[in-house]
Amino acid sequence: MSTPTLPDRQGHFGEFGGKFVIETLMPALEELEKLYHEARNDPEFQKQLRFYLEHYVGRPSPLYFAENLTRQLGGAKIYLKREDLNHTGAHKINNTIGSALLTQRMGKKRVIAETGAGQHGVATATAAALFDLECEVFMGEEDIRRQALNVFRMKLLGAKVTPVSSGTRTLKDATSEAIRNWITTVEDTHYIIGSVVGPHPFPMIVRDFQRVIGDETKEQIQQVEGRLPDVLVACVGGGSNSMGLFYPFADDKEVKMIGVEAAGYGIETGKHGASLGHGAVGILHGMKSYLLFDADGQVQEAHSISAGLDYPGVGAEHSYFKDSQRAEYVSITDQEALEGFKLLSRTEGIIPALETAHAIAQVAKIAPNMKKDEVMVICLSGRGDKDVDQVAEFLGEEL
Amino acid sequence: MSRIQKRFDWLKSNSEKALVAFITAGDPDLASTKELFSAIEEGGADIIELGVPFSDPLADGPVIQASSQRSLKSGTTLKKIIQLVREIRQSSQLPLVLMTSFNPVFVYGQEAFVKDAVEAGVDGVIVPDLPPEEAGEFDALAQAQGLDVIYLLAPTSTPDRIEMISQKSRGFIYYISLTGVTGVRRSLAQGVEEKVRRIKQATALPVLIGFGISGTEQAKAASGFSDGVIVGSALVRMIEENPDPAEREEKLKVFVRKMKQALQDSK
Repeated sequence: MSTPTLPDRQGHFGEFGGKFVIETLMPALEELEKLYHEARNDPEFQKQLRFYLEHYVGRPSPLYFAENLTRQLGGAKIYLKREDLNHTGAHKINNTIGSALLTQRMGKKRVIAETGAGQHGVATATAAALFDLECEVFMGEEDIRRQALNVFRMKLLGAKVTPVSSGTRTLKDATSEAIRNWITTVEDTHYIIGSVVGPHPFPMIVRDFQRVIGDETKEQIQQVEGRLPDVLVACVGGGSNSMGLFYPFADDKEVKMIGVEAAGYGIETGKHGASLGHGAVGILHGMKSYLLFDADGQVQEAHSISAGLDYPGVGAEHSYFKDSQRAEYVSITDQEALEGFKLLSRTEGIIPALETAHAIAQVAKIAPNMKKDEVMVICLSGRGDKDVDQVAEFLGEEL
Repeated sequence: MSRIQKRFDWLKSNSEKALVAFITAGDPDLASTKELFSAIEEGGADIIELGVPFSDPLADGPVIQASSQRSLKSGTTLKKIIQLVREIRQSSQLPLVLMTSFNPVFVYGQEAFVKDAVEAGVDGVIVPDLPPEEAGEFDALAQAQGLDVIYLLAPTSTPDRIEMISQKSRGFIYYISLTGVTGVRRSLAQGVEEKVRRIKQATALPVLIGFGISGTEQAKAASGFSDGVIVGSALVRMIEENPDPAEREEKLKVFVRKMKQALQDSK
């Protein structure tokens, strides 16, 4: 297999990506890139990373054949890549462990992060506790309301949670505030960004730490099926779990990739988070990528029932996959996602995160039309405990 | 010769330092901006910097973020700001610079923006989130039309970057005095003098100090070793706190005059 060589030296994936940041941060990005290349080629660093992934995170995560779901949908064989079984309950920890090890290597003592659903905030606070780093997490006020459980988890882990009241009070503004904080503290602080977004080298680093999802899947599916899967499905907010699953298969042209964005109240209402499907190319948070903005270039509010998909941008490499037609991007409404949430809970006894429920809902649409010997893998990116309150409220159930 | 260069030549021959005044265009609305522009010019500013409001201004502190929001709420767009510059140019020849995030320019169309801005009478642009590494196309378009692209340097800038950016910048160099976002600060950050001296060794361009310059003491201190200062948040806050137009214009004029005076006192 030939290894894809993107991003290029300037951090571009075709026309996307790059480093669109103020000069204050440019030296830190250059330094991070250099340090990361050294770490990547250092067997000692890789050994350390593998150790924590195995003994602390609990990797490899299982690739589980969802027999009941397969039977119920009556088409393709469905496998679940169980990232929900990782320590802290989502894929986010793959990146935060790696990034915390990089922070140590840099000799920095403080980390910051942005969070939407709170999963990345919890994963960062966890890694910070483990490696004795000071941690501050920026979170929109609206998300603090939606994700109270994760807010408390972060505090228990010793992190400071800073509410963000500007703009949309969700992930977009939490990210802006984290970047502003980094502009102020860059000399002693590392920014652990939560997805394959932001200025180069972040999209590359986060992808490399998340590709373990796809690397394991490839090996595991070979063992049980003796071949590669026909279709990969994953949800896309910023796009880290999907890129983690997709990237190792990028050169396997026979493997189809489907990214599932949030259609929110419905694409036609304008209240959604489908940057790839229904946005245009623009610049936000240090990168050029697909983005939701108005005719004057002002970034628009995204909407999704799931805080983790409630973001008006997307990782630059996904934009590249879209334009090169390597992956296909579709969207699922809030209502459909709730059906997906219930479907997996009832058929398999697995309550998925609302983000992940978008991928389940997409599979429920396409699996019945596929042949029984076709194989599909869903990235089960996170577990749904954090969403139970919100779903109950949505369904009108008293808790 | 560009209006910016002419101004700096004049300042030099009169041994004066430059005062650049920043306000957000369209805060509270574009008609007020036109009046505020005149007040600032009368106060004696050498260059006026008009901020283009953006939904997500990453380099700005709370004061300018809020002004961006007020401006957007009043319906300001980049197109309308360029139209305003056209009107201002009927009666003023003061050097005028736009400061904007890159997305509004990118969405406007880089070529169309450069053409329209120059035609309207814009002399330079500062795009904080467009470092030289990403500015190839924009820089070439701007240079062809004689629009100055003013780059920034920061306390964190390495010697290599100081060298590179000194080569690329046109008009002047914007030195960010502190590791942080825009805002009102009490005193000048440490190490500014040393860094500015180092930058001046690398370039013949004027080096101006901005971010956190909000009072006469800082202006005085900065003028000892730089070519002038940029004041923003202090003016924007004054606009926010003074809803009466006449009072607001008078206050800005008096403040600008005091700042310009402080720059002279240090001679």
